[in-house]
Amino acid sequence: MKDSLGSVQSLLVLGGSSDIAVATARKLAQDKTKRIILAARPSDRLNAAATLLRSYGGEVRTVDFDALDFSSHEKVLAPLFEEGDIDVVLLAFGVLGDQADDERDPLAAAQVVQTNYVGAVTSSLVCSQALRKQGHGSLVVLSSVAAERARKANFIYGSSKAGLDAFAQGLGDSLVGTGVHVMVVRPSFVDTKMTTGRPKAPMSTTAEAVADGIVEGLRKNAELVWVPAQVRYAMSTLRHLPRPVFRKLAEKQG
Amino acid sequence: MGTERLTGWGRTSPSVAEVLRPRTREDVAEAVATAGPRGIVARGLGRSYGDPAQNGGGRVLDLTGMNRILSVDLASGLVVVEPGVSLQQLMRAMLPFGYFVPVSPGTRYVTVGGAIACDIHGKSHHADGSFARHVVSMDLLLADGDVRTLTPETEPGLFWATAGGMGLTGVVLRATLRMLPVETSRILVETTRVADLDEAMDRMTETDADHRFSVASLDNLATGPSLGRGWVESGDFAALADLPPKQRENPLAFQPKPLAAMPDLFPSGLLNKRTVRLLNAANYRRAPQHSHTHLASIGGFFHPLDAIHGWNRVYGAAGFLQYQFVVPFDAAATLRRIVERVAVQRAPSFVTVLKRFGPASPGYLSFPTEGWTLTYDFPTRTPGLPGLLRWMDEKVLEAGGRLYLAKDSRMSAADLEAMYPRLEDFRKVRAEVDPQGVFVSDQSRRLSL
Repeated sequence: MKDSLGSVQSLLVLGGSSDIAVATARKLAQDKTKRIILAARPSDRLNAAATLLRSYGGEVRTVDFDALDFSSHEKVLAPLFEEGDIDVVLLAFGVLGDQADDERDPLAAAQVVQTNYVGAVTSSLVCSQALRKQGHGSLVVLSSVAAERARKANFIYGSSKAGLDAFAQGLGDSLVGTGVHVMVVRPSFVDTKMTTGRPKAPMSTTAEAVADGIVEGLRKNAELVWVPAQVRYAMSTLRHLPRPVFRKLAEKQG
Repeated sequence: MGTERLTGWGRTSPSVAEVLRPRTREDVAEAVATAGPRGIVARGLGRSYGDPAQNGGGRVLDLTGMNRILSVDLASGLVVVEPGVSLQQLMRAMLPFGYFVPVSPGTRYVTVGGAIACDIHGKSHHADGSFARHVVSMDLLLADGDVRTLTPETEPGLFWATAGGMGLTGVVLRATLRMLPVETSRILVETTRVADLDEAMDRMTETDADHRFSVASLDNLATGPSLGRGWVESGDFAALADLPPKQRENPLAFQPKPLAAMPDLFPSGLLNKRTVRLLNAANYRRAPQHSHTHLASIGGFFHPLDAIHGWNRVYGAAGFLQYQFVVPFDAAATLRRIVERVAVQRAPSFVTVLKRFGPASPGYLSFPTEGWTLTYDFPTRTPGLPGLLRWMDEKVLEAGGRLYLAKDSRMSAADLEAMYPRLEDFRKVRAEVDPQGVFVSDQSRRLSL
C-alpha cells in the first residue's frame, strides 16, 4: 500500500503508452514504485515505455488491454489484482477525436464517447471492485478542463470527459469508508502526441506537469487536481460566463 | 463485527478491514480458523506508528477486550496476563504490591501482546534489555489452531520469532511476565542541560552504567555550535529513604490523571519548522542549567505525553511519522551527520530522543542492537521529507544500523533485508508454523516480510 508519505509501491496504468501515463509512471518509479503494469493495446510505444521504466530497476510488464472491448475488462483486469496488491490505478486512456470530422461521421463520434466514457466506466468499475477487496488503494481518473465547460470546437470530446468526470466523482463518494480513494485530474490543454498540430490554448500544460500534479495529489490524497493549479480559477470564471459571452471567447480561441 | 478504517498512531496510510473483538481463546481460534484469503492480524491499542496492526481487506483482531490479569505471584513477581492487558493496567494493579512493569516505553497505553510483538524497549534498555527478556513463557495460537506454550528454553526458535515478530507467527493468548520490584513509585531524576551533541553523548556514556534509566532529549533544529543541544535525564527508582516524609506515607501511590483530551481540529501544518523551533528552544531553556535532581512521578518521567489523550491529533489529518534508527557505537560519526543534516534542512521534530542501547535482544526481528538510537517525530507534510529520510536510510544502512519496525511506515523491503540479518531465520520459522500466510498485515505485505 501507499506508505505514510504517499509513495506508491505498485501501479497499474490503463492506457499505458500515453505521454501522461509514461511521465507519471516514470516519476513514481524514480520514487518507490517497484511493480508496474502497463495495460494498453500492443504497440512499439508501449514496449518502449516498458523498457524505459525497467531502467529504474522495478518489475514492469505489459498487458493487452483494449478500452473499447468492454466485455473483456473484467477478464483482463481482475486477475492482475490477484498477483499482489495494487496501490494506484491510473486511468489514462482517451482519444481526442477530430471534432469537425466526428460531427460529420456520427459513428466516429460514438467511438470517442465509447472510449473516453463507456470504456472508462467499465474498466474503473472493475478496478474499484478489486481495490475494495484490498481495503485500500487509489483510482486516478484523467478528466479534462473541457469537462467543466465544453465549447463548439471540442464538445464531443468534452462531453465524454464531462460524463467521466461526473462518474468518477460519484464513484469516489460511493467508495468513502471502503479505503478506496478516487482522484479526478483535470489538466488544461496538454501538449502531447494526442494534441500535436492543434492550436495551443492559453494556460496549456505538459505531460510532465500533469505527472507532477498526480504524484503530489497522491501524496495528499486529493480528490480533485487541476493542472496547472491556477486553471481552476480560470475555469470557475468561464463556467459562470453567460453563453453569448462564452461563445465569443470560444470563437476567438477557435 | 464490522468493517473499520484503521491507521497507526501516526494517522497515515489508512486501510479498511473487518474488525473482530474476541473475549475468549475460543473466539480467537474461531476468527483465525475462518479468516479469508486476506488473512488476519492482532491489534492492541494502536500505538505502533505505521501499518503493522492493520490488514486492508482482511481481518483484524482487536484484543483489548481480552484484558484479564489471570494470576499474580507476589513472592516471585510473576504475573500471568491476557494479551490485551495494558501496561497502565499492570501498573495500577501491581504497584500497590511493589512491582513495576519490567520495561516501560514512552507510553503506558500499549498492550502486553503488542509489547511482545514489537519487543519494545524503554529508557532502561542498557540495563534491562527489551521486553521479551522478561517474558517467562507465552501461549501462542498458531495458524492451524494449535496452541503452543513457548519459553526461551524449550522453543527458542518460535519464541524469538514471536518476540519482535510483529504478530506474524500467531496470536499470543497469554503471557507470564517477570515484574520489576520497586520500593516506591517515584523516580529520582538528575537532569542536566547539554550544550551540544558531543556533550550529550559524553554525559550519557559516562553516567549510563550508574543509572537504570537514561535518555537525552534534543532540540533538533539548533545548528552550528548548538547542534544537538538538549538535556540528559538519568534516573533510578527512588528508595523509601529518598522520599520526603509526606510521600513516605504512601510510597507506591500511582494516580496518573489525564490532563486533557486533544480535540481533533488542528490544521496539518500547525507543527512546522517555525513553531517547533520556538517550542524546542523553550524546552531547552526550561531544562536546568546545572545538574539538578528531583523526584518525578512515573507518568511525568516515563509517559509525559500520555497526560494528553490523543496527542497525535496535534499533527492534523495529514499525520506524522516517527523515524527511529540505531547505529553501532563506533558509528557516532554517522549519528552526527544525520543530526546535522536534519537540522540544516530544518525538518521539525517536536520529540527527538537519543539513547544508548545495551546488548541486542535474541529476537530475530527485534530492533535493539548495541549502539546509539535516535528518534524523530516528523510531520508527514514536511517539505523534502521523502528524500531526507531516504538519505538517512542509506546512512543508517552503511553504518550497519537498522530501523524499528514498530515505528516504520515507509521503509523499503530491500533495506529491511539488509538491516535484519536474521530475517531468513524468521522466515524459516514462519514458513513452518504458518505456511499459508494466514497472519499478514499491511506492513508485512508492504515489506514482503
